[in-house]
Amino acid sequence: MKLGDLSPRDLRDLLAGNTLVLRTGPFATRIHSPMPGIADGLLRLYPDFPLDDGDFCDFHVRVGPPTGIRRWLKPQINFWHDGHSPFKPLPANHAFALLEWGLNWCVAGHAHHYLMLHAAVLEKNGRAVVLPGDPGAGKSTLTAALMLSGWRLLSDEITLIDRDDGLIVGLARPVSLKNASIDVIRHAFPDAIIGAPAHDTHKGTVAHLRATPDSIARVGDKARAAWVIFPRWREGAEARLSPHSRADAFLHTANHAFNYSLLGSLGFELNAALMDACECHDFEYSRLDDAMRVFAELAAS
Amino acid sequence: MTAHTRCQPLLDVLRDPARMAALDLGAWDRLLRQAGAAGLLSRIAVQAEALGLDAALPDPVRPHLTAARTVATKQRQAVRWETRRVARALAGVEGPILLLKGAAYALADLPPAAGRLFGDIDLLAPRAQLGRVEGDLMLAGWHAGGKSEYDQRYYRRWMHELPPMIHLRRGTVLDVHHNLLPETARIRTRAEPLLADARPLPGFPGLFIPRDTDLVLHSACHLFHEGEWGHGLRDLVDLDAMLRAFPAEPSFWSGLLARAAALNLGRPLYYALDCCRRWLRTPIPDAIIADCPAQPPAWQRPLMRWLFDAGLASAHATCRKPWSGPALFLLFVRGHYLRMPWRLLLPHLLHQATTRDRQQD
Repeated sequence: MKLGDLSPRDLRDLLAGNTLVLRTGPFATRIHSPMPGIADGLLRLYPDFPLDDGDFCDFHVRVGPPTGIRRWLKPQINFWHDGHSPFKPLPANHAFALLEWGLNWCVAGHAHHYLMLHAAVLEKNGRAVVLPGDPGAGKSTLTAALMLSGWRLLSDEITLIDRDDGLIVGLARPVSLKNASIDVIRHAFPDAIIGAPAHDTHKGTVAHLRATPDSIARVGDKARAAWVIFPRWREGAEARLSPHSRADAFLHTANHAFNYSLLGSLGFELNAALMDACECHDFEYSRLDDAMRVFAELAAS
Repeated sequence: MTAHTRCQPLLDVLRDPARMAALDLGAWDRLLRQAGAAGLLSRIAVQAEALGLDAALPDPVRPHLTAARTVATKQRQAVRWETRRVARALAGVEGPILLLKGAAYALADLPPAAGRLFGDIDLLAPRAQLGRVEGDLMLAGWHAGGKSEYDQRYYRRWMHELPPMIHLRRGTVLDVHHNLLPETARIRTRAEPLLADARPLPGFPGLFIPRDTDLVLHSACHLFHEGEWGHGLRDLVDLDAMLRAFPAEPSFWSGLLARAAALNLGRPLYYALDCCRRWLRTPIPDAIIADCPAQPPAWQRPLMRWLFDAGLASAHATCRKPWSGPALFLLFVRGHYLRMPWRLLLPHLLHQATTRDRQQD
C-alpha cells in the first residue's frame, strides 16, 4: 500500500494513533504526530512511498507540541526520536521542515552500517554522480533540476555507501530547496510539486520538492558512482566542467562526511574506492538550462 | 509486574545473550530501542557477534548491530588514545593516578569492556597532589573553567572531584576525583586504601587501576548514590559482568565483604548485590548477601527496591511502569540528600533553581 492511497482523514488518524510506518529506501520510520501540517506535507510530498506493516521500524519519531505552559502562549513544535528530543522547539508552522530535519538526523546519527557523505547523489544510465557542496554552492538547486530533467534522485543530503558492497543506496526523499532556489525551480519547472514553505528558519525559507515517480519506484536499485562533481553557482558564469584532483575530492568528502572518522579504516577504504571509480570535476554554472546540457553530454559520454 | 517480566526482551537478553537467536521482528524492534536508550546496544551487538548469531539475524536487524559495533570500536580506540595523552600529561606527578569505571574497564580489558560506551574519563588522584594534577592537565589543554564562580566554589569546597576538565581543542572531558563520595556525604569513605592497593596498568606508565574488589565497590557506590538514573541499567550490567568473572579468584567474595566494611560501603554493596540478583540473575551466594555489612532494616527494603527498580527501568518508555514519575523524583531527592546535609543542600538547591530561571529568561 502507498501513502497516497490513504484518504487525508485516514492518514491523520494513523499519524495521531502512532500506526503510520513510512518506508524510505532501506529505512522504515514510524511517525507519530497530531499536527495537520505533517499530514498535509506527507500527502503532498510522499504519496508514492510504500507503507510498511510495522513489525520492525528503524526509527520511531514524533512531531508534536512540547509540554509546559508555553504551548498555550506561543504554539511551538518539537521532534522526538523514541522519547529523546535532540533539537530546541520551533514555531508550530515549521512542523514539516522539522520532520525532514529530524529524519535526516535519525539517519546521520545512527546508520553507521553505511559511510555517509554530505552530498547529493543522482543516477542516469546506470552511472551515479555524487555532488558534495558547501552550503550556498547551489547543490540543491542543481540536484532538483537534474532530477526534474530525467536523472534519478537517490538522495539530496546524505549519500549512503553500503559497507557490504561499496554501492550507493537511495532514499528518494524530497529535495530541500532554500530561499531563491524555490522560485528558480518553480519558474524553470512549472509542473514541479513543492510543499508549503517554512519561513524564517535557521536556513531562511525552506520548501521541499517531491521526488520524481521514477526515483521513488527504483529507490531499491543500488547505484555505482562514476563522477564526483563539486558544483558552484556564480553569477554570469558559463557552464563548465574542470578537473578536480582526486586527492582533494577525497579529503573534502571525508572532512564533510557524517561518520568518516567513526568508521575508522573502513571509512578510508570505502571513500578511496569511491574516488578510484570516479572522475572528479569542479562545475561552475549560472543558468540551469546550460547546466542541464553539460550533464546530458556527461551522461551520454 | 516484577523485575522478571518487565523490560522484555532486553532483560532476557542481558541474562542470556543466546536468546537473541529466537527473537521475532517485533521483539527485535523493542530490544533495539530499549538497549539503545539504556546505552547497551553495542554490548548486545558485540555479544551477538561473539556467539556467531549475526548470519541468522533478520535482515533489517543486522545493519543496526554492525553500526553499534562500529561505534563501540571507535569509542574504545578513542579512549585509549585520550588516556595516552593523560598519561603523558601526568608523567611528572608522583601519583598513583587511577583510572576508574569505563576507561579502567576498557584499558585493562575487564569483563564490562565488551561493547561498552563511554562518556567522560574518570581519574582518582591523591588529594595532596590535586593542585599539581590540575596544573599539569591544564598545560596539556584540559581546563576546568566552564562553570560559574558559584559552581567552582561548590565543586572545590564540597565535592569529591574537580569541576569537569574539558580539552580546549578536542572537547574531551576528564573528571578528576580525590575521593569516591563527596566530602559532605552521609557515608564517609576513604580513597587512601584504593590508592595504596592499586595495580599498574600495563602499557601506560604512571597509570593504575583499582583492584577487583574496589572496582565493584566504586561502581556500586557510584550507582546507588546518584540521583540521575539514565545509565543505571548499564552500570548494573557492569557490576553483573564483574561479579560473574571476579569470583574465579577464590578469595574474591570474602575480600569484597571485608573491603566493603573497611571502606564503609556496605550499604551500596548490599543494594548492588540485591539488584544484580533480581534484575540480571547474577550468581551471588546467599551467604554473601546475608553477610553483607550495613544492610538496610527490613522495613526499608521493599521501598528501596521500588525506588531502584523505577530507576533501572527509566531508560525507555516500554520499561517504565505507572508511578515511576514519583519514584524517579524521590530518587533524585535521595541523591541530593545523600550528597550533603540539609543546611548545605537547601541553599544549594535554591541557588540552582533561581539561576536556572535566569538562564531561561
